[in-house]
Amino acid sequence: MPRSTALAAATTPPPPEPSPPPLRPLTAVGPDDVAPLAAGAAVFGTGGGGAVHTVRLSVGTAVAEHGPVPLVRVADLTADDVVINLSAMGAPSVGIEMLGAAAQARTLVHEVEQLVGRRVTTLMAAEIGGSNGVAPVGWAAQLGLQVLDADGMGRAFPQATMIAMNVAGLASEFAVMADVVGNVTVLRTRDIAWLERHARAFTVAAGGIALGAHYLLDHRTAPGAVIEGTVSRAVEVGRRLLGAADPVAEVADELGAAVLVAGKVIDIDRVTEGGFTRGSVTVQGVGPDRGRLLRVEIQNENLVVVEDGEVLVSVPDLVTVVDSETGEAISTEMLRFGQRVSVLAWACDPLWRTPRGIELAGPRAFGYDLDYVPFDGTAAVGA
Amino acid sequence: MSGRDLSVGIDVGGTNTDAVVLDADGTVLAWTKQATTEDVTGGVRAALAAVLRDLGPARDAVSRVMLGTTHATNAIVRRRDLGRVAVLRLGAPASTDFPSLVGWPSDLRDTVLAGALLAGGGHLVDGYPLSPLDLDGVRRFLDGLDRTGGGYDAVAVCGIFSPSFPEQELEVAALVAEHAGADLPVSLSHEVGELGLLERENATVLNAALHRVAGDVTRALLVAVADEGLDAATFFAQNDGTLMAVEYAARYPVLTIGSGPANSIRGAARLSGADAAVVVDVGGTTSDLGVLVDRFPRESTLPREIGGVRTNFRMPDVLSVALGGGTVVDLDRRVPLTDSVGHRIRTEGLLFGGGTPTLTDAAAAVRPGTVPGHDLPGLPRGTRDALAAALAVAHERVEAAVERMSLGRTDLPLVVVGGGGFLVPDAVAGAGEVLRPGRGDVANAVGAAIALAGGRADQLCDHADRDAAIAEASRQAVERAIQAGADPHAVEIVDVLETPVSYATRPTVRVAVKAAGPLARLSPTGTTSPRTSLLPS
Repeated sequence: MPRSTALAAATTPPPPEPSPPPLRPLTAVGPDDVAPLAAGAAVFGTGGGGAVHTVRLSVGTAVAEHGPVPLVRVADLTADDVVINLSAMGAPSVGIEMLGAAAQARTLVHEVEQLVGRRVTTLMAAEIGGSNGVAPVGWAAQLGLQVLDADGMGRAFPQATMIAMNVAGLASEFAVMADVVGNVTVLRTRDIAWLERHARAFTVAAGGIALGAHYLLDHRTAPGAVIEGTVSRAVEVGRRLLGAADPVAEVADELGAAVLVAGKVIDIDRVTEGGFTRGSVTVQGVGPDRGRLLRVEIQNENLVVVEDGEVLVSVPDLVTVVDSETGEAISTEMLRFGQRVSVLAWACDPLWRTPRGIELAGPRAFGYDLDYVPFDGTAAVGA
Repeated sequence: MSGRDLSVGIDVGGTNTDAVVLDADGTVLAWTKQATTEDVTGGVRAALAAVLRDLGPARDAVSRVMLGTTHATNAIVRRRDLGRVAVLRLGAPASTDFPSLVGWPSDLRDTVLAGALLAGGGHLVDGYPLSPLDLDGVRRFLDGLDRTGGGYDAVAVCGIFSPSFPEQELEVAALVAEHAGADLPVSLSHEVGELGLLERENATVLNAALHRVAGDVTRALLVAVADEGLDAATFFAQNDGTLMAVEYAARYPVLTIGSGPANSIRGAARLSGADAAVVVDVGGTTSDLGVLVDRFPRESTLPREIGGVRTNFRMPDVLSVALGGGTVVDLDRRVPLTDSVGHRIRTEGLLFGGGTPTLTDAAAAVRPGTVPGHDLPGLPRGTRDALAAALAVAHERVEAAVERMSLGRTDLPLVVVGGGGFLVPDAVAGAGEVLRPGRGDVANAVGAAIALAGGRADQLCDHADRDAAIAEASRQAVERAIQAGADPHAVEIVDVLETPVSYATRPTVRVAVKAAGPLARLSPTGTTSPRTSLLPS
């Protein structure tokens, strides 16, 4: 879960690059797809994005009750389609106690429709990584809407500006926020800094957690401004992970990821402040990797991997630590000494490799004094 | 040793009911293993009678009887004797996306759920009301259950943020007592678990469903002690390795669910003489590892599943790995599988004339005489090699598990108990000395007998006042531990936990303090029995 909503307004539009086409697009998310979606979203969470256990229960319940949710590709959006981008914001410690209300998404969508005078047909996840990547499927089931097979990050990120629509130069004219009891606020702020401040104030008044909607998209603005195919991809990753004989190899193959090291966690240097986790984790190789030491730098998500003083991978490329036995992603707050883990790395969407993408979400955006070096790994990307 | 200072520890497991008698120095004076009976009482009575017979005239020196049991866990796992529960959640319109008992195995949900209501009530993190408490709605819901004839055996109440603001749960409990009579068991979530709505609600519902089971076990102890004519105070062991009064155990059985591992860890360490240790209990199917730090089992706050239900109360941090004496070996891949023949090893293992290769057979192949009186049949060389290779893999997995639990402290001794202890090698990388105490097979009962009296208290305070709040919580925790029977001269603060409360209007912190100490020695006349003065800890 991002620390703040991605409520971004951009100023300098660079030419958007097309995202790679989805590999095996699904046409609907049914009851049997929810567990794989959650497991896959956790992998795309790159250590952050919020735990998927609780949201899997609500989405599973909604899909079982209302039936499969149609999943639509960007290319299949029609002139009648209106897409709204949704994400939760708030404190994880509140999120486990004051759980979400079915009416929240309904309130948001209704308010957006009042504002723009059009029917919203499609929901999209602001980030596919973690709980925010799973939740929109449940809301769509309840509201009878479809879900766009895309998201705003292709992973999880902690900050408002780090969203594909911002990279592509789109502006969000308004944002709407709703809390669990039905209070709703429309925000039209002067810029992103004011938006962050007002969204935070609303969230405090709401008891520490709120749902936000922003970035209205359609068939003209969505292409090139979102990361495509990520819902299908998360489901596919989850399918190959769950119940496989060698889940790590299956996940790596599906992602086109390199297994940087298979080893054990020998040091965790981690502090948590205001819902933000910072630090590093050190993994010592075992078996064929014996003698190797990798350090993963963390700020909510896994951002940089270093071995022998050399940077192997850096953000916005993706790094996920998985359980060597089960292949399941381990979030940064769940890392424990002695865990047997494998570190996977794979290339980010080309949109993030544009100059503006690197400016918004490269190593320097997180305070690292490093240039971004694209990771293409030992495994062929997209193979 | 004069005075009445003998303690009896009883452990009621799924198969055996064990009992031990310890003197004040912790020496085992008597021990027994009896079969657990369907009604629990029979096994407890037989075990108690056996150790008292061994004691002879010294039986008059027994002043306390402590019981630890996995009975509640077994009832959940086997779906037996569970009551039907009316579930009241306070907090509408929040949490409507998550019906009560969502995620439970459906057969267990059908067994336990009498009906659920999400009523108005609950609080925000800062205490602001989420919505007005809807007592009329609760009344109508209970009326409806009465009318439709389904009925219910117990009520569980769980309010959003009730661990910080418990008043509404108490109000609803009063209403239920008025509506359905004061005898109807009511479980309140703020007394059962911590923040984390679904996990706390699950634990509260399980607690309510276990009411009858808890009654059976507590009655079994009281009946057995009365039958023997013992003038002894009775206690139950709980999840954190401290004791609680029998009346409290009857109301909060779910708090005994982790007592098995807690007793095993503390008992094994005591038998080995270690103050801090990694303990591994190797059974037929799994090896369970725990850690003793500062006299208590290290706890985990991660959610934990009991019978497929996710809960979040504090439990000993236990790592279970699928390695036991009955673990089946795959001869082609030369590795242990996760399957086990369990207790059928005595017919299915190669050592016993069966056809299934197990880790016990592997140990016997490498070291003949592992199981006295049983030798392997003639096996092809390749089979013996495969068994040896699988045993080496099992050793590696044990070492990995020990390393994971020791958190890098390689000097902690490794205490090995349980029937499959021969699977643990005599030298384990990542641990100090490997200790195999005598009487390790009754470690759980020993752990129950040496359990401490404890008390807990928490305070919510402004960050600036935290020192004063910790002092006040400590005073209360010590007082409660003494009320629970702790020796006032030996009670001490064993844990202080501070949790910042985020998104509050002022910087707020919650402090939780735990105090514990050995039970006070009783005078020869036994006049200070704490039997009735115990408070919930």
